[in-house]
Amino acid sequence: MVAQIIFLVITLAAIVLFTFNSRKIIRNIRLGRPVDRNDQPQKRLLTMLRVAFGQSKMVVRPIPAFLHFFVYIGFVIINIEVVEIMIDGLFGTHRIFHGLGGLYDFLIASFEILALTVWVACVIFLIRRNVLKLKRFSGVEMTSWPKSDANYILITEILLMTAFLMMNAADLKLQVLGSAHYTSAGAFPISQYLINLLPSSESTLVAVERGCWWFHIIGILAFLNYLPYSKHFHILFAFPNTYFSNLEPKGEFTNMASVTNEVKAMLDPSFVPAEAEPGKFGAKDATDLSWVNLMNAYTCTECGRCTDSCPANITGKLLSPRKIMMDTRDRITEIGKNIDKHGADHQDGKSLLDDYITREEIWACTSCNACVQACPVNIDPLQIIMELRRFAVMEESQAPGSINNMLGNIENNQAPWKYSPADRFNWAEGN
Amino acid sequence: MEFKVPTMAELLAAGEEPEILFWVGCAGSYDERAQKITRDICKILHHVGMKYAVLGTEESCTGDPAKRAGNEFLFQMQAMTNIEVLNAYNIKKIVTGCPHCFNTIKNEYPGLGGSYEVIHHTQLIQDLINEGKLKAEGGESFKGKKITFHDPCYLGRGNGVYEAPRKALEVLDAQLVEMKRCKSNGLCCGAGGAQMFKEPEKGKKDVNVERIEEALETNPQVIAAGCPFCMTMLSDGIKLKDKEQEVKVLDIAEITARANGL
Repeated sequence: MVAQIIFLVITLAAIVLFTFNSRKIIRNIRLGRPVDRNDQPQKRLLTMLRVAFGQSKMVVRPIPAFLHFFVYIGFVIINIEVVEIMIDGLFGTHRIFHGLGGLYDFLIASFEILALTVWVACVIFLIRRNVLKLKRFSGVEMTSWPKSDANYILITEILLMTAFLMMNAADLKLQVLGSAHYTSAGAFPISQYLINLLPSSESTLVAVERGCWWFHIIGILAFLNYLPYSKHFHILFAFPNTYFSNLEPKGEFTNMASVTNEVKAMLDPSFVPAEAEPGKFGAKDATDLSWVNLMNAYTCTECGRCTDSCPANITGKLLSPRKIMMDTRDRITEIGKNIDKHGADHQDGKSLLDDYITREEIWACTSCNACVQACPVNIDPLQIIMELRRFAVMEESQAPGSINNMLGNIENNQAPWKYSPADRFNWAEGN
Repeated sequence: MEFKVPTMAELLAAGEEPEILFWVGCAGSYDERAQKITRDICKILHHVGMKYAVLGTEESCTGDPAKRAGNEFLFQMQAMTNIEVLNAYNIKKIVTGCPHCFNTIKNEYPGLGGSYEVIHHTQLIQDLINEGKLKAEGGESFKGKKITFHDPCYLGRGNGVYEAPRKALEVLDAQLVEMKRCKSNGLCCGAGGAQMFKEPEKGKKDVNVERIEEALETNPQVIAAGCPFCMTMLSDGIKLKDKEQEVKVLDIAEITARANGL
C-alpha cells in the first residue's frame, strides 16, 4: 500500500511538472507572430504521416536511418509496456496483462527484442559521437551542453533498456524458482540469457526485480521531464512541426502584406489599405519571428544534417543553419524566463540579431534551401535568415556595400547591374 | 541573328497575340555569356515555329535579387510594375531563361495580382521533345559524350524540376553522369540569395570551387547548366582549374541548339 501511494505521488508529480514546463514552452511559441497554417488539413496530415511517422526524410542517410528506426519503433512500442507498469504500480498488481496468454508472450518477447535493438543502436550512436567523432556532430554551436545533452539522452536510454531487461531476467528466474508472487507469464527471448548473471537467492532476486522496475518507471518519468530542457523534445514536436510545415514550393518566399499596402499606396494614391499592420519589417528579435519559426526551434534535435549540407558551412563560412535554430531557441527561452521573472514588458536590451546571430552569418546564405531539404522534420532555417535580412535592410539600411549597389541599380536601371534600360534589348543584335 | 526577334509591342500593333512570352531576364539581357543562351532559346522557338515574343526594353528585373537580399519594398515595386505590363498585354504563358525569374514569376507574382502559366526553358525543351517537334539532328553530335548536369537550386529544390533538363540531355544519346550531390541533394553554385552581387564571406574556399571540383570528379566533357548565374560560377571555376580546353560549360539551350545545328 505504501508503495502504491509513493508510486501515485511520483507519477502525479511528474505529470504536473511536465505539464507546467510544456505550457511554458507553448507560451513561448505563442510569443511569435501569427501565420495561418490551418489550410489543407488533408495534405498536412499526409505530410505528418509521411515525414514524422514514416521517417521518409531519414532514408537519405541509410545507416543512421536504420539505427534511428529501431530506437523510434522501440520508443513507440515499448511504451505499451508502460501502460502495464502504470496499472501494476497503482493497484499493486503484478503483470496485470498476463491473462492475455499467447498475446502477452508475444508482446513481452517483442519488447525484449526491441529493447535489445534500442540498446545496440544507442551504443553505436554513442560511438559515432564520441569515438568516431563524426564531423556532423561538431561545429561552433556544438559546445559542451549540446554534446552532453546528446550523451545524457543516449546513456539514459541504454540504462532504461538495461533495467527493463534485467527486470525481466529476475522475473523469469523467480518464475522458474516458483516464487509465490511471480506467476509464470511472458516469453523472454533476450533476458533468458541474462539470468545466469543474477544471484539465486529469492530475496535478492525480488530486490533486483523490484529495483529495476522502480528504476525503469522513475527513469521514464524523469526522462519525460528532461524533454523540455533538452533537444530531445523532437520526439513529441516532430508531429505538430511536420503538420504545420510549409506546403508551398521551397523557392517561394512570402510576400509581406504590410509592404504590399505601402507599395500599392505609392503606385496608386487613391488606394486605401484594408488594415494597418504592425510597424516592424522583418525580425530583430525572436518575438518578431512567426510561431512556426519558434516551434521549429523547439523541435530541432541538433542532428546537423542542415549544416552538413549548407554550401556556406561546407566551404568554411561562419553560417550554420543548426546554429540559427539553436540560437533562436536559446533566445526565445531567455525571453520567456524574463517574462516569468520581470513581467511581460521587460526589455533586457538584447536581441536575436547581433547578440546571438551575427550579420556575417546571415549574409553568407545562398538561399539554396539545402538545409530545408535536409531536415528530417521539416524545419526551415532559411525563413529565419530571410526575416533577419529583411530587418537589416528595411529597418536599418544595413546591407553589405555591394548589396546596396545592386539594390540601387535595380531602383535606377531596373537591373542589378549598372546598364542602361535602353540597352536591354541589344542582345538581339548579336549572333 | 538570321531572323528578327518579335516584341510584344510589335505583335500588339499587328493585332496579334503570341503563344508564349519569352522572359529573358537581366542576366540574359546584359551578361555577354548569357546573351548567347538567350539567342539560342530564340533560335529554338524560331526553329519549331512557335509564335513567341519578348518584352524587349519593356522588361525589367523581376525583383528576385532584391527580395533575397531582404528588400521587400523594392521587390514588390518591381513585381507590381512588371505585372501591370504583363497584364496589359494579356499574357497567359511565360517561358523564362533563368530559374530565379521562373521561381519569382511562378510563385511570388500570383499573390500580387499576376497569375500566369510559367515554365523554365528546360521544360519548354522537354515539352517540344515530347511533342516530337524537337529532336537532336542536323547539328553537332553529342553521342557518347560524358555530360553532367548541375541542378540550379531554384529549379530543383525550389520547384521540384529535376527531370526536364535531364530529358533534354537524354535525347542526345550522350552519357549522362550524375555528381555525388545531385537533384534534391544538389550543391549550390554559390550565387543564389543575392551572393552573385557581393564578395563571399571569409571561409576556406569559394562555393563554386567546391562545386566544380565535384563536377570534375565525374570526368565530364560537358558540364550542363540551366541558369545564367550557375553558368558564371561554373565557368569561373573551370577557368580557375585551367580546364577550359577539356571541359565545356554549356546551358541546356545551347546544347539543344548545337545538336540541331541552329
